[in-house]
Amino acid sequence: MLPRAEIAHWLFGAGFLFFGLVILSEAIVGPEVFRRRLWRACLSPSLALLAGVWLWVIAIFSTFSTLHLIAHSMWAQAATAAGAVQLAVVLGRLRSPYWSLVTSGVLFVSGAAFLVHEQNGWLFARSAFLHHLIGWTLIVASLLPLGEALRPRRPVWTVGLAATWIAIAVMLFSDRDVAPIFGHLSDLAGGGLP
Amino acid sequence: MNELVTPRANTADEPRTARKGLRVLAIEALGPLTALGGIIWAIAQPYRVTFFYPDGKDFWDWAVQPPLLVVLVGLLFSLLVAPGLVEDVEQAADRDAPAG
Repeated sequence: MLPRAEIAHWLFGAGFLFFGLVILSEAIVGPEVFRRRLWRACLSPSLALLAGVWLWVIAIFSTFSTLHLIAHSMWAQAATAAGAVQLAVVLGRLRSPYWSLVTSGVLFVSGAAFLVHEQNGWLFARSAFLHHLIGWTLIVASLLPLGEALRPRRPVWTVGLAATWIAIAVMLFSDRDVAPIFGHLSDLAGGGLP
Repeated sequence: MNELVTPRANTADEPRTARKGLRVLAIEALGPLTALGGIIWAIAQPYRVTFFYPDGKDFWDWAVQPPLLVVLVGLLFSLLVAPGLVEDVEQAADRDAPAG
């Protein structure tokens, strides 16, 4: 029995919340202290890789529309790429701060995928609203790793990224398969007929 | 040294200790605050907790209850990440502190 889409979104919300807390704790103590234990240094890149694997699984089951299949595949590829590059950075295989540009690109592409694959307007239904909101949030957040690449080791980038993931967790927890947003719900929402 | 001239190490050490204390407090508070957020959410929207409204719910509704997931995330962070991090912050502060 496959879970409903909202169930999968809530599970990802929990994952992103944990991810956000881990990144926030790194911002609080600084990368030197945070990366003192290898498992902890590898934790957030591994979580990104794990999210990528799960998104591939979801992509396999998202065959109800080509657009969803492509969008989930893009997010899966993006999370896998970001996780792999960050893992190499924390293990010292990659040293240039410009590798943060990969994370920046990943966030931008993921945000664009949210916006492109949502065909309805903001107030069509709650899920449409959240697609737009998450898409724009990710696009704006792509500036944070860009800042990290150009002005490395400033806590503001890490704190901003942590806040982004916690905010996205809240958005994912707010998602319902069919629900109104600010009192608006299209008659077509959920595949209904007008 | 007299009442007007004090050892610099003593005064310089105070902000460092306070900063360490704040960091430790922040790390220790993250998990419980998150769990508290989940509990407040469960009280505000009890219908999102299947235990309170069990009729007609399937396996996934029982397995995935959003407010309880938030509490679980807070507990996981408190139990798995925070203790070692606090230990390392304290060790780093002790190592950086001037001798004497």
